[in-house]
Amino acid sequence: MKLNTLFLGLCGASALAFAAHAETITIATVNNGDMVRMQKLTDDFTTKNPDIQLEWVTLEENVLRERVTTDIATKGGQYDVMTIGTYEVPIWAKQQWLLPLDNLGADYDAADIIPAIAGGLSADGKLYAAPFYGESSFVMYRKDLMEKAGLTMPDAPTWEFIADAARKMTDRAAEINGICLRGKAGWGENMAFLTAMSNSFGARWFDEKWQPQFDQPEWKSTLQFYVDLMKDAGPSGASSNGFNENLALFQQGKCGMWIDATVAASFVSNPKDSTVADKVGYALAPDTGLGKRGNWLWAWSLGIPAGTQKAEAAQKFVAWATGKGYLDLVASKEGWANVPPGTRTSLYNNPEYQKAAPFAKMTLDSINSADPTKPTVKPVPYVGVQFVAIPEFQGLGTTVGQLFSAALAGQSSVDDALASAQTAAVREMTRAGYIK
Amino acid sequence: MARAVSTRRKIGFTVAAWVVALLIFFPILYTIITSFKSETEAIAGFSLVPSGTLESYAEVQAQSNYFKFFLNSVIIAVGSTILALVVAVPAAWSMAFSPTKRTKDILMWMLSTKMMPAVAVLVPIYLIFRDANLLDTRIGLTVMLMLINLPIVVWMLYTYFREIPGEILEAARMDGATLWGEIVYVLTPMAVPGIASTMLLNIILAWNEAFWTIRLTTTNAAPLTAFIASFSSPQGLFWAKLSAASTLAIAPILIMGWFSQRQLVRGLTFGAVK
Repeated sequence: MKLNTLFLGLCGASALAFAAHAETITIATVNNGDMVRMQKLTDDFTTKNPDIQLEWVTLEENVLRERVTTDIATKGGQYDVMTIGTYEVPIWAKQQWLLPLDNLGADYDAADIIPAIAGGLSADGKLYAAPFYGESSFVMYRKDLMEKAGLTMPDAPTWEFIADAARKMTDRAAEINGICLRGKAGWGENMAFLTAMSNSFGARWFDEKWQPQFDQPEWKSTLQFYVDLMKDAGPSGASSNGFNENLALFQQGKCGMWIDATVAASFVSNPKDSTVADKVGYALAPDTGLGKRGNWLWAWSLGIPAGTQKAEAAQKFVAWATGKGYLDLVASKEGWANVPPGTRTSLYNNPEYQKAAPFAKMTLDSINSADPTKPTVKPVPYVGVQFVAIPEFQGLGTTVGQLFSAALAGQSSVDDALASAQTAAVREMTRAGYIK
Repeated sequence: MARAVSTRRKIGFTVAAWVVALLIFFPILYTIITSFKSETEAIAGFSLVPSGTLESYAEVQAQSNYFKFFLNSVIIAVGSTILALVVAVPAAWSMAFSPTKRTKDILMWMLSTKMMPAVAVLVPIYLIFRDANLLDTRIGLTVMLMLINLPIVVWMLYTYFREIPGEILEAARMDGATLWGEIVYVLTPMAVPGIASTMLLNIILAWNEAFWTIRLTTTNAAPLTAFIASFSSPQGLFWAKLSAASTLAIAPILIMGWFSQRQLVRGLTFGAVK
């Protein structure tokens, strides 16, 4: 009896000593379905890596961006893994704020990452963040309303077709808006959509000499088309609508079409939340025949700050969270439909995933059709499809977003909004030294 | 006749007070109502009748350890308040009973620091915290909140101390009271209501402070403000969960405020009718 007690005591003491020596890594992340799911599944990681403990910091997207930027710029060392997007990665990699991910293990299979996504997360040929989920944007539409309007949605529609269909599908008496698009001001809100849309109209933010281009006819065509379309077929108060507001409208059956993130497909086709789950069709983002579509490219990714003292443990976690094994883990626990999309080519070759996610092919096609290195019809000096990967873009993008949102709300004309955007952009680019 | 007018005016003021109070309280009420809705209901439009589901509370509890955040809030709010009082009582005493030519200027200068946008000093403060190993520590946050609320605490105590007749302190001195004895045994007992209301207000301010508490913490010292911030989602519906988290975060301070409303009102209206 005494021996047993002694043995148990020793075991307990060993366990405590082990726990005391376990390395704790802190992960900063955003609150979305896939990230929350990952937090629930981390037992799998800690079981395989008992010497590593995980601490999570979940924050609202903009606060997270500000927090991790402050921490990484001041080398605060508060985080060992950061959730960052395709906007931050090239900028931070250039500043040497991120560690290259060159130690993710032999079975990681980095070559399986969808090339367009890997390209957006790399600098000088090195991967600086591993994608946790990736997305483009496409058209989600109500098949029943399209049929009622006497139209058939092509796989690759033009803006002209979308506008025509939206106007025909609109039924104000039945509270059906032909189209729901982002209008809420912000570089990641309306400007993500409008920048991607402008690419398909032949517009660009800057020419090769960083001269702002809002005074060019392509931007006028883009913004006028958008404002007119939303006036005729958009929901009321559209200038306040972002992703979540449009998601709610679409799920409630109040949108004929919605052009937004491909990740929304899993929400609108989920019968638990969506009243139109069985009536949704998908198509590529529209174009105007100029060779570029109005779709974007984004990936929430895991990066490791250069100041971390726990780089090895952090790389192990990143490899686990973004590896093929994690996709299998989610599929086994919660089904293939809940697997984080848009990161690995092998997922889209998986028949089980194709069966569970009817939007899989269209998602992959959308991602593949976006090229962050050549985002526009005319040449540009920057990288990024729906953003310009320079530090000044967050502020400038939001300023321009506010001007365009005001034009949508009818508080200013399209011409005035574009003129103000041009003035603001010239001022900011001159101040920042891009324009001499 | 005069009495009838007075009653009518009284009723009018009472109704107006209720309307204003309801207007002020309505956002909190609607947050509580929304917390008992499903996510789809929450975003569906204005409605004062929730389905009564508790799913948001269950999810909030499943996703986060509420009590850890709660404990940090209590320690930081109470700790910073005690620390502020320790510093502010002697400061307010000297300004109230031994004023100099510059006392008013010093008071105004202290208050003017509150006019500076916090974000302007974010990076310097962050660097100081980093170098002093105070990032994500309760002690660091306690000191920070003490410092940012100190001007208000000093001002409130100063206003209250000014109402205490100086002759009483002089009498204590003539009876041989030391400076310490004068503050501890004479001034403090007389000022207990004022100190209590200052303390309550400071606890509320510290409890609700979101800028520094979110930016200077990660996991160990994160209080309820960080807990609320974690439920805002860029992609996916979150209003009901956010409302449930907010309700859980404000519940303790609402209850405390309810029980101590008399002291709070007194503290906030010092000198208002002089």
